[in-house]
Amino acid sequence: MGKAKSAGMRRKAAEALAGARGGSAKARPNPFEVKVNRQKFQILGRKTRHDVGLPGVSRARAIRKRTQTLLKEYKERDKSNVFKDKRFGEYNTNISPEEKMMKRFALEQQRHHEKKNIYNLNEDEELTHYGQSLADIEKHNDIVDSDSDTEERGTLSAELTAAHFGGGGGLLHKTSQGEGEEGEKPKSRKELIEELIAKTKQEKRERQAQREDALELTEKLDQDWREIQTLLSHRIPKSENKEKKEKPKPDAYDMMVRELGFEMKAQPSNRMKTEAELAKEEQERLRRLEAERLRRMLGKDEDENAKKPKHMSADDLNDGFVLDKDDRRLLSYKDGKMNVEEDVQEEQSREASDNENEEEEGEDSSGEEDPEESDGPDSHSDLESNVESEEENEPEKEQHQTHGKRCRSDRKAARTELPYTFAEQSGVNLWHLAFLLSLAAGTEEAGTVTFTLQKLFGFLLEYVGDLATSDPPDLRVIDKLVVQLYNLCQMFPESASDSVKFVLRDAMHEMEEMIETKGRAAFPGLDLLIYLKIAGLLFPTSDFCHPVVTPALVCMSQLLTKCPILSLQDVVKGLFVCCLFLEYVSLSQRFIPELINFLLGILYIATPNKQHRGYTLVHPFRALGKNSELLLVSDKEDMATWQKRSLSLHWASGLKVQTTTEANHIRLSCLAVCLALLKHCVLMYSTLPSFHAITRPLRALLTENPVDCSQPRDLQELYQSVLTEIENQKQLYWPLVCEKSKPVPLKLFTPRLVKVLEFGKKQGSTKEEQERKRLIHKHKREFKGAVREIRKDNQFLARMQLSEIMERDAERKRKVKQLFNSLATQEGEWKALKRKKFKK
Amino acid sequence: MRHRYHSCCRRLVELLAHPSFQVKELALSTLMKFVQLEGAHPLEKPRWEGSYLFPRELFKHPCGEGVGGAGPAWMPLGPVGTWGGTHPSTPQAVVRGLLSPEEDQHLLLSQFREYLDHDDLRYHTMQAAADAVARATDGHPEVPPAFWDNTFTLLSSVSLPHRDCAVSSFYVKRTEPSDKWKVAHLKEHRKAFQAMWLGFLKHKLPPSLYKKVLMILHDSILPHLAQPTLMIDFLTSAYDVGGAISLLALNGLFVLIHQHNLEYPDFYRKLYGLLDPSVFHVKYRARFFHLVDLFLSSSHLPAYLVAAFVKRLARLALTAPPEALLLVLPLICNLLRRHPACRVLVHRPHSPELDADPYDPGEEDPAKSRALESSLWELQALQQHYHPEVSKAAGVINQALSAPEVSIAPLLELTAFELFERDLRKGPASVPLEFVPAQGLLGRQDSLCTQLFTLC
Repeated sequence: MGKAKSAGMRRKAAEALAGARGGSAKARPNPFEVKVNRQKFQILGRKTRHDVGLPGVSRARAIRKRTQTLLKEYKERDKSNVFKDKRFGEYNTNISPEEKMMKRFALEQQRHHEKKNIYNLNEDEELTHYGQSLADIEKHNDIVDSDSDTEERGTLSAELTAAHFGGGGGLLHKTSQGEGEEGEKPKSRKELIEELIAKTKQEKRERQAQREDALELTEKLDQDWREIQTLLSHRIPKSENKEKKEKPKPDAYDMMVRELGFEMKAQPSNRMKTEAELAKEEQERLRRLEAERLRRMLGKDEDENAKKPKHMSADDLNDGFVLDKDDRRLLSYKDGKMNVEEDVQEEQSREASDNENEEEEGEDSSGEEDPEESDGPDSHSDLESNVESEEENEPEKEQHQTHGKRCRSDRKAARTELPYTFAEQSGVNLWHLAFLLSLAAGTEEAGTVTFTLQKLFGFLLEYVGDLATSDPPDLRVIDKLVVQLYNLCQMFPESASDSVKFVLRDAMHEMEEMIETKGRAAFPGLDLLIYLKIAGLLFPTSDFCHPVVTPALVCMSQLLTKCPILSLQDVVKGLFVCCLFLEYVSLSQRFIPELINFLLGILYIATPNKQHRGYTLVHPFRALGKNSELLLVSDKEDMATWQKRSLSLHWASGLKVQTTTEANHIRLSCLAVCLALLKHCVLMYSTLPSFHAITRPLRALLTENPVDCSQPRDLQELYQSVLTEIENQKQLYWPLVCEKSKPVPLKLFTPRLVKVLEFGKKQGSTKEEQERKRLIHKHKREFKGAVREIRKDNQFLARMQLSEIMERDAERKRKVKQLFNSLATQEGEWKALKRKKFKK
Repeated sequence: MRHRYHSCCRRLVELLAHPSFQVKELALSTLMKFVQLEGAHPLEKPRWEGSYLFPRELFKHPCGEGVGGAGPAWMPLGPVGTWGGTHPSTPQAVVRGLLSPEEDQHLLLSQFREYLDHDDLRYHTMQAAADAVARATDGHPEVPPAFWDNTFTLLSSVSLPHRDCAVSSFYVKRTEPSDKWKVAHLKEHRKAFQAMWLGFLKHKLPPSLYKKVLMILHDSILPHLAQPTLMIDFLTSAYDVGGAISLLALNGLFVLIHQHNLEYPDFYRKLYGLLDPSVFHVKYRARFFHLVDLFLSSSHLPAYLVAAFVKRLARLALTAPPEALLLVLPLICNLLRRHPACRVLVHRPHSPELDADPYDPGEEDPAKSRALESSLWELQALQQHYHPEVSKAAGVINQALSAPEVSIAPLLELTAFELFERDLRKGPASVPLEFVPAQGLLGRQDSLCTQLFTLC
C-alpha cells in the first residue's frame, strides 16, 4: 500500500514540479495538493511565511534528491572499484587552471610529436597567430620600422601589403605563381626577402635625395629673404607680432571716452549737519559703544544678537551676498586733473595712503626745513644707533623726496579729509615716524602701504620700548607717541593686538626662563610697564575676556607675585603695576587678590615694630630679612621736610638717588601712594561679600601700629582715612542660597514604549545577549533539522530496502510458481500418459 | 710588584680629588677596572687570608667573614676578600674618595651611578657608604655641607630592584655563583640599604638637604626598607618642623599611615594648621594639594572637619594667584560634592542674616572653628575675580552642584605661564577696541595714574 501511495505521490509531485518549473504556468497549483496552515489569530503586521504549503511537491523534491545521492551510495556500498581521473594535475590544487592547460597541451604535443617523429623528417611545426605565421611576422618587422620616416607613410608597397596582410599565404601563393611562371627557378623564401629588402632600400635612398633637395632650396630662400629683410626692417614688428597690431595704442580720444564711461555720476550727498546734530550723533555713538562695553564686561555672549533671524528680502538669493556699501567712486579732481586711480590697491587703502602721504610730507618738511628738528637731539642720536649705514639710506631718502614732491600737490586735499593728522599732534617725532616707515617699507609702493602701516605699529611699539629702556627714559616722546599708537590701533586692531601680545609674550618668556633657572625673577624694566600701560589705553580693560587684556592681567599678577622687592626702584615699579592693575579694573570693579597681598607687603616693609599677628605675608615679601624694612624712615627731619608729591616714573628706571634725604622722601612718597591705592581698593571692594575677610590682614597691620605723630601730617591722614574706611564698612552676611535649578520631573506611570523593530525577536536585552540568544536558537533549529534529515534518510533507505526485498520475494514467488507449474504440468502429463497406458 | 700595584692604587685614589674632571673620571674607571680584575683573580690565596686579617680590622668592614668562610675563598670573595688588603682599590677606598668633604663630586658621582647597576657593587657600596658616614661624623660634630651633599647624591643614586630574582648581575665575574653569599639575597641588600639610610638620617642635616631627602623618601626609599616603620621618628620630627618641610613630610607619613598602620594623633588638626597663605606660593604646591585631596577623599570624615577645611581653603583663596585659584576652587567643589552634609555652606535657605562671619580663622582646632555655621562668601567674592576662568570656576556654586567630581589632577601642575600662554592663544576672533581716545601715556586727568605718578 505504501508503495502504491508513494508511486502516486511521485507522479503527482512530478506533475506539480512540472507546473512549478513551467514558469508562467506556475499560477494554478492543484487544489488537492495545497495544504493551508490555518492561523488561529490574525496579528497585524506579521508576515506569515508558511501559510500555504505544497507537501507533495516538497516531498517529491526530497525523494528525488535522495535517489540521486543516497540511493547511489547505497547501491554502490559494496563496490570497491573507484573512478580515477588520470589527467595531468587533476587533483593538484597548487597549479592554476591556465598552467594546467598549458602543461596538458605540452604533454599532448609531446606525445603527438613523438608519434609523428618516426615518419616525419623535416616538416617543422609552424606557429601561427590568427592564421598567420609567426616566423614571417618576426622577419618582416624591422623592414617596416626602417620605413618609418617615409613621407608617403600611409601607403605601403603592394608587396609589403601582400606579405603582411596576406596571412602568409600571399608569399606562398606568389611562390607558387612564380613556380608556375618560371618553372624550374623556384625562389626560396630567403631570396624573396632579400629582394624585398633591396627594393625598399632603394626607395629610401631616393626619398632621402629628394628631401635634401628640398632643404637646400629652403635654405637658399631664407638667405634671399634675409637680404631683403634689411630693406624692410621698419615693417617687421608689425608683420611679426600680429597680436600687438590688433591692440592699438590708446590715443587721447579713446582714453577720454573710456574715462567718461567709467566715471562716477555725481551723487547727491547728505546735507551738511548742524553742530547740534553732530554732537547728538557723537553722543549716540558713545552710548552705543558704552553699552557694548558693558555687555562685554558682563561676559555675555554676542550670540544673543546674532541668533535673531535677520530680515531677508523676498528677492534674496540666499547666496550670502550683501551689498553693504556703494563701491562706486566719486568723481574728484586734483590740481585740475581728474583723479583717475590706475592702481587698484591705492583705492583699497585710500585712507592709508593718505596717511602715508602725510607722513612723507612730514618727512620732507622735517628733512628740509623743519625748525623743530633740533628739539629732539637725543632721540635723533638714539635713532642713529638703529641706522645700519648712512649710504644705504641716502637714495631711499631721495626717493622719498621725489615721491613727496609728487604727492605734495594733493597734500592739501588730503589733509582736509584726514581724520588722523600726525603732523599737528606730534611735532617732534614725525621724522622718526617717516624714517621708521621708510625702513620698514624699503621700497615705495602704494600697494604695501597698508602692510607697512600695520608694521609701523610694531615698530613704534619697539621704539617705545627702546625709549623706555634708555637712560634716562624719554617718557615725553612716549607720551606723544601714545596718540599715534592709539590711532594706528584703531585702524588695524588685529595687527596691533598681535604686536602687543608678542611684546608681552616676549617679556613673560624672559621672566619664566629666569624663574626656571634662578628660582626667581627680577622686576622687569620700565618698558614692560609702559607696554602694559599702553595696552590698557588701547584696549577696553573692562572686558570679561579679552585677547590682549586678559594676558596683560595675568602678566601683572605675575609681576606682583613672582618678583621679589629688592630695592626702592622695585617698590616704585611694583606700585606702578598696582596702579595699572587698579586702573584696568576701575570700571569692571573686579577683585585682585595679588594686589591686596602686594600692598600689604609694601605697608609691612614701611612699618616699624611688627608683631606678626593676624596677617601672613606671601611670596615676594618675607617677614624677616634684609629687605623687610626697606621703606622705613626714621629720620625726623626728612619726615618734616617731605612734601606730598606724585611719584616720578624716572625713579623706576634706575635714576640714582643722590642723598639720603631724597631717598627718604621717595620712601615716604611710596608709602603715600601705597596708602592712596589701598584706599582706592577699599572703596572699590567694599561691596564684595567677604570684604572683611579680604581686608582682615590690612586691618590687623594698620591697627597694630597706631599712627605715630612723628610722621608727616598727610600720611597720618591717609592712614586714618584708610582705617576708617575699612571699619566703616558694615556688612550683613546673607547665607548663600543656590539658584533654583529646574526640578527634575517625577517619574510617571506611562507605559514604556519600545520601538519594535522585528517581530519574534526577544526585546529588551543588550545586543550581546540578543546575539547569543539568536545563536542558540539557530543551533537548536539546525540540530532539529539535521535529526529530521537523518531520520528521513533512514526512512528512505528502509523503504528502498523493503521494496528491494519485496521485489526479490515476488520474483521468488513467481519462480516457485513457475516451477510448480511446470512440475504440475509434468505430473499431469505423466498421469495422462499413465492413464493412457492403463486404458490401453 | 704587589707593592707597586698598591702604590699605584693609592695614587689613583688621590687622583680622585684632582681638580680636572677628566682626570677624576679616568681614575675612577681605572679603579673600577682594578676592582673587577682583582675580584676575578684575587691576590691572596685563601690560606693567606689569616695573614691579612689585621688590616681588615683596621678598615673595620662590616662583612667579609661570613662570605669568606662559606665556599672556596678564591671564588666568592671578589672585592670582599680584597677589602682587607692594604691596597686601596676597594670600593671602600673608592667610596671614601667619592665622598670628599671638600668639594662637590656631583659629576663623578653620576659617573659612578652606572656601576651601581651591578648588585654586588651596590651592596658593598652601601656598606662602605654607611661606614664612611659613621666615620665622618664620629670624631667631629661639624661636618662640611659638601660631604652631606656628596653623600646624598651617592645614596639617592642607589636604587634597589623590586623583585628578588633580579639580584644576579655581578660586576665581578664569578665562575660559580652560590646562594649562600649575602650578596645574592635581596633581603640582605635591604638591610644594608636601611642601615645606610638610617645612619645618614640620624644626623642633623642642612634644611635644603632635608627637603631633598623628603622629596624622594616616599617613592625611592620607603619601599625598599626592610622595616619602613623605623622611619616614623624621622618623619614625625620632620612634620613638626613646620613650613615646607612639614609639607614634604606629609607624603612619607601618608605612606606609613596607609600601608603600615601608623596611628597619628591630631593628624588632621596639623594638616589644618599647615594651610596658610604661603602654600600657594611654595614650590611643592602640586604635591601638597594632591595629598590634601587624598587625605580628604574619605567619605567617613566628620562634616565639621571637612567644612573647616573648605572654609579655610576658601579664605586662603582670597590671597591666591589665579593659577592656584583654578586648582583650589574645583577642590572645594569636590569636597562639597563628597560630603553632602557640607552643602549648607553654599545653600542655606530660610535663615536670618548675620552680622559677621561665624567662622573663626584664628582657631587652630577645626572642630571649634564654627565653619558649619558659615557660608562660602569668599567664593562669592571670587566670582568678581579679574580672570575670566577663575570667575567661572567660582560661579559653579551658584547652581546646584553636579554629581560627578572634577578631576584636579591636570590642574595640579598648572603654572601662571601656562595660563598666560593659554589666554594668549585662545583669543576670540575679534579684538574690541577702546573707544575713549588716548591722550597721553598716563591717561586722562582724573585717572589714578595721573594722580599718583608723573612722567618727570
